[in-house]
Amino acid sequence: MDFEFLGQTFLKLLPGIPVTLELATLSLLLGACLALAFAVIRVRRIRPLNWLVIGYVYVFRGTPLLVQMFIIYYGLAQFPEIRNSFAWTYLREPYWCALLALVLNTAAYGSEILRGALLSVPRGQIMAAQACGMSGFLLFRRISFPIALRQALPAYGNEFILMIKATSLASLVTLADVTGIAARIIAETYRPVEVFVAAGTIYLAISYGLILLVRLAETRLNPDQRDPAPVARVDAARKEVTP
Amino acid sequence: MNQMTPHAQPDPIQPSAVSVRGLRKRYGALEVLKGIDFDARRGEVVSILGSSGSGKSTLLRCINMLEIPEAGTVTVDGTEIALIAQRGGGRQPADARAMDRMRARIGMVFQDFNLWSHKTVLGNVIEAPTHVQKRPRADCITEARALLDKVGIADKADQYPSRLSGGQQQRAAIARALAMNPTVMLFDEPTSALDPELVGEVLRVIRALAEEGRTMLIVTHEVNFARDISDTVVFMNEGVIEESGPPEEVFAAGNNTRLARFIEG
Repeated sequence: MDFEFLGQTFLKLLPGIPVTLELATLSLLLGACLALAFAVIRVRRIRPLNWLVIGYVYVFRGTPLLVQMFIIYYGLAQFPEIRNSFAWTYLREPYWCALLALVLNTAAYGSEILRGALLSVPRGQIMAAQACGMSGFLLFRRISFPIALRQALPAYGNEFILMIKATSLASLVTLADVTGIAARIIAETYRPVEVFVAAGTIYLAISYGLILLVRLAETRLNPDQRDPAPVARVDAARKEVTP
Repeated sequence: MNQMTPHAQPDPIQPSAVSVRGLRKRYGALEVLKGIDFDARRGEVVSILGSSGSGKSTLLRCINMLEIPEAGTVTVDGTEIALIAQRGGGRQPADARAMDRMRARIGMVFQDFNLWSHKTVLGNVIEAPTHVQKRPRADCITEARALLDKVGIADKADQYPSRLSGGQQQRAAIARALAMNPTVMLFDEPTSALDPELVGEVLRVIRALAEEGRTMLIVTHEVNFARDISDTVVFMNEGVIEESGPPEEVFAAGNNTRLARFIEG
């Protein structure tokens, strides 16, 4: 292994990091918003949107992301309706095509994670809220959603990491992200091993940062699990006087 | 039989705190409530006894419409919640907001406490006052601390429910219900999920509330407790009220073999 070349390559790949991070952040943010909307539609069984979401999730989870990206990038141009619409200003750009594919893909997975989390909110805690006069959006905002979010975070953290890596596919629709630049260097130098090791290191570093962020969010949201549990039961038993 | 007539006679001037007429509820083929008539005066403490499956918890849940009855009316503090027929059977509230307003005036304490796990004890107590009644947060906090002090867990205000014993959780849940300053308190088997050594602390809190003159309906298995604190004891069996009256009459020896069997356990 040529460490000098490895170091040079590493520096050359750095300009790709903003593209990678931007794709990941935007797709995760937009995807999470869509995912939440889809999850609520599924949990509330809002018809006919419910069936549409089921079909959408089936298609986007059942096909490779690369195929989705190619269909959006190469396929949409075939329709004159799209070429003549305002959307074409965006959809002719590989960046927006890649972003659209990433958003739709993560929204499909995310909606299933959030749906499961919403369904796992204990029925009793919802009933307690109803018994206090809460309903509708207030109950969702104050009770169901915060509880579901805590439930969903570990699984959603997984999705974050998967998406960081999935952005590398954007290089195949010509974007100069970390993998895109790596591919270009390989084409010039024919030294794939060093280049991919350098690229892999960058993804590893980004994932590590993300893992820390998710862990931070988890401890923030679950302060009751932060310190070792005190012996509340023993305390209570000691205080107890027989009636 | 004297015991069969409702103990609480409807007062023409003061409406009953809770008035139930012809209440019926079924789950599929199983009819859980078979026409219940029931009244609770203001300030009355009513204990509802009965073996499991007798419909006592369902009756309680129909009063704040956590279960929607198929037939009959429920009037709380003079206000009846109008129910309209639903497509595909059953009924639903005619006005969901009116139902929310009514529920806000009824405090409910559950068997499994059902504290909100993502909020501290204090957060649980001030949640509905600040967001349903929309009262100033500072006032709610002051009141909440006083309530927590009253139920004896002032020192647990900033703890999360998972850190509390069952008895402490149930007392926090009682404080949460009281924070809405309800006209009626409903207790759904408040000590059934507790370890025996924790039952006493919860019963003491409920007893103190009973002595304050709050209107309370208590579904319970604690026969001695019911006898001690109730103005009226209701004995339910298979979806009907079999006995109702002052505890000394209802528990008078030998007037209902099923009740006698239930008391003996």
